[in-house]
Amino acid sequence: MSKELLRVQDLKVHFPIRTGGLLIGQYTPLKAVDGVSFTLNEGETLGIVGESGCGKSTLGRAILQLIKPTDGQVLFMGSELTGVGAEVVRQKREEMQIVFQDPLASLNPRMTVGDIIAEPLTVYRPKLSKAERKELVRDMMAKVGLLPQMINRYPHEFSGGQCQRIGIARAMILKPKMVVCDEPVSALDVSIQAQIVNLLMDLQQEMGLSLLFISHDLSVVRHVSHRVMVLYLGRVMEIATRDAIYAAPLHPYTQALISAVPVPDPDVEKNKERIVLGGDLPSPMKPPSGCVFRTRCPKATDICASDVPVLEEKVPGHKVACHHWGVPDKKLV
Amino acid sequence: MTAVLEVRDLSVRFATPDGEVSAVNGVSFDVNEGECVGIVGESGSGKSQLFMSVMGLLARNGRTLGSARYRGTELVGMPVKDLNRIRGDKIAMIFQDSMTGLTPHLRIGRQMTEVLVQHKGMSESQAVKRALDMLNLVRIPEASRRLAQYPHELSGGMRQRIMIAMALLCEPELLIADEPTTALDVTVQAQILDLMSDLKRVTKAAIVLITHDLGTVAGLCDKVQVMYGGRFMETGTVRDIFYEPAHPYAAGLLSSMPRLTEVRSEKLYAIPGQPPNLQRLPKACPFQERCDFVHDRCVSELPLLREVGPGHAKACHLVSLQNPVTDPAAPSLAVA
Repeated sequence: MSKELLRVQDLKVHFPIRTGGLLIGQYTPLKAVDGVSFTLNEGETLGIVGESGCGKSTLGRAILQLIKPTDGQVLFMGSELTGVGAEVVRQKREEMQIVFQDPLASLNPRMTVGDIIAEPLTVYRPKLSKAERKELVRDMMAKVGLLPQMINRYPHEFSGGQCQRIGIARAMILKPKMVVCDEPVSALDVSIQAQIVNLLMDLQQEMGLSLLFISHDLSVVRHVSHRVMVLYLGRVMEIATRDAIYAAPLHPYTQALISAVPVPDPDVEKNKERIVLGGDLPSPMKPPSGCVFRTRCPKATDICASDVPVLEEKVPGHKVACHHWGVPDKKLV
Repeated sequence: MTAVLEVRDLSVRFATPDGEVSAVNGVSFDVNEGECVGIVGESGSGKSQLFMSVMGLLARNGRTLGSARYRGTELVGMPVKDLNRIRGDKIAMIFQDSMTGLTPHLRIGRQMTEVLVQHKGMSESQAVKRALDMLNLVRIPEASRRLAQYPHELSGGMRQRIMIAMALLCEPELLIADEPTTALDVTVQAQILDLMSDLKRVTKAAIVLITHDLGTVAGLCDKVQVMYGGRFMETGTVRDIFYEPAHPYAAGLLSSMPRLTEVRSEKLYAIPGQPPNLQRLPKACPFQERCDFVHDRCVSELPLLREVGPGHAKACHLVSLQNPVTDPAAPSLAVA
């Protein structure tokens, strides 16, 4: 495998939430991300899946230092990002960008498309002349499938899919090494999703990008990712190659997730026995003791309440955090 | 089979400062007893407005043309007072956003019993008992405690289940579910889909499922109607649509979805272009600008729905997707 680009070591993001106290507040930590470790190689896509509230977006932002991690390390191209000065982080951000979920909300409505896409250039390449900058912006617009003559229009004149292309152009214009894609297609129509997924994959190939692809949609993640990480309540449940995760998931949560996805095939759908998890996600303010998934886990026993399962390599290249890990006993899809 | 709902040549128009917008353009269909019909379309296809107009819930600048009959009674143009006797009682609706679907300042119990006292003339205690039964049916734990709670105290999945329970209180003959699981997480969505397929068996209500998600349609529905630009592009049984799609749009939608099951080629099929702008819909086939097989005829004549098999119809000039030439026999309307 190619060179390591990003290493995340035991990363924690805890938000203090005021839970009481009259004058002197009492605070309880909300553990949005709680001890996450993984690596990302050059040119690789790591899919990060989980339900809302599992900490996947917080994780993405904490890696970019948009949210300050409480503890742990982020090493990007060998250099530390946590606990260093803002200026060091700012310099590194040239190589790491983000694409947001809501295409319209992430674009300044008062700026023209040209100015939005050029903004990273004005920050990181101040020596460029106006004409050179415009040239780069036009090239980038063509590359993401926007007509370069639309350069002076405003975001509201574009559809959702086109706005997402603008967001992607802005992220790519500095030719970064890594892009965090935070639910980049979730807000888009089905017919537009495929366009944006193809665009991201083409750009990745062309520029040798690494992607952290955060999504709740397991079908899309399967299509784009080389490896997949499954999060639940701020912790890693399972991480493995794409094929291992989808063909032989070892964690009961991953198995339930995959089985829960409705498949656009009536015969498959009518004959499958879906694993239906009871209840809802527990509050991250009061996570269950031991394994955080045990309250909804069909395999939970006493040990799950007392001992926190460690994320270990159970099969070569396949890490699971579960006391009762094993291949699913029935067909999932 | 008897039809619960008969819709004939229904159109929905909105008056806006930029001119009239046609959200739905002359659709006709039946929903039969005990049947589950899926209405599939992307945003702006008119799928929600179609049923909002049937329920008399259009925004003020909207108007309905054509006819929608519930068991022979015309709903279009019916006075609100009469409509209220049918809505909530015979026809019930589940909305996508359960937080806005429930009144935030009323306890769940009050919201649930109101409809029973109004429509069924039950006493308060009878109504509470019925509400409890319904909450148990939709598998809500500690049902009696929930009646005293406010909507914000419940999780999204729980609220959606309460919406379903409320819709079922009066044993409606027709249940319209508008994107019932779109706002939910996938494991909670599985719970709700599971529940809905049980309800389909237990109650005899006809169900209309409005969604953009072909996956949920595949599991629940018997018939599917694919909408685009306010028109039906293709209608048929769930097997027709999923295994033998006849319209380029339906086929394109299916092949643009990444799958969990099969290993696909590296690139997804992507329908080119943007979703239609309802203010500037093409006069002829609404899908012409994005269609891979567009012919001259598609630009000049509006294709009408025609049978391609028993119960399977498409609105397209093509002979078939395998033989994409225009069929001279295809019925159409010439547009200038």
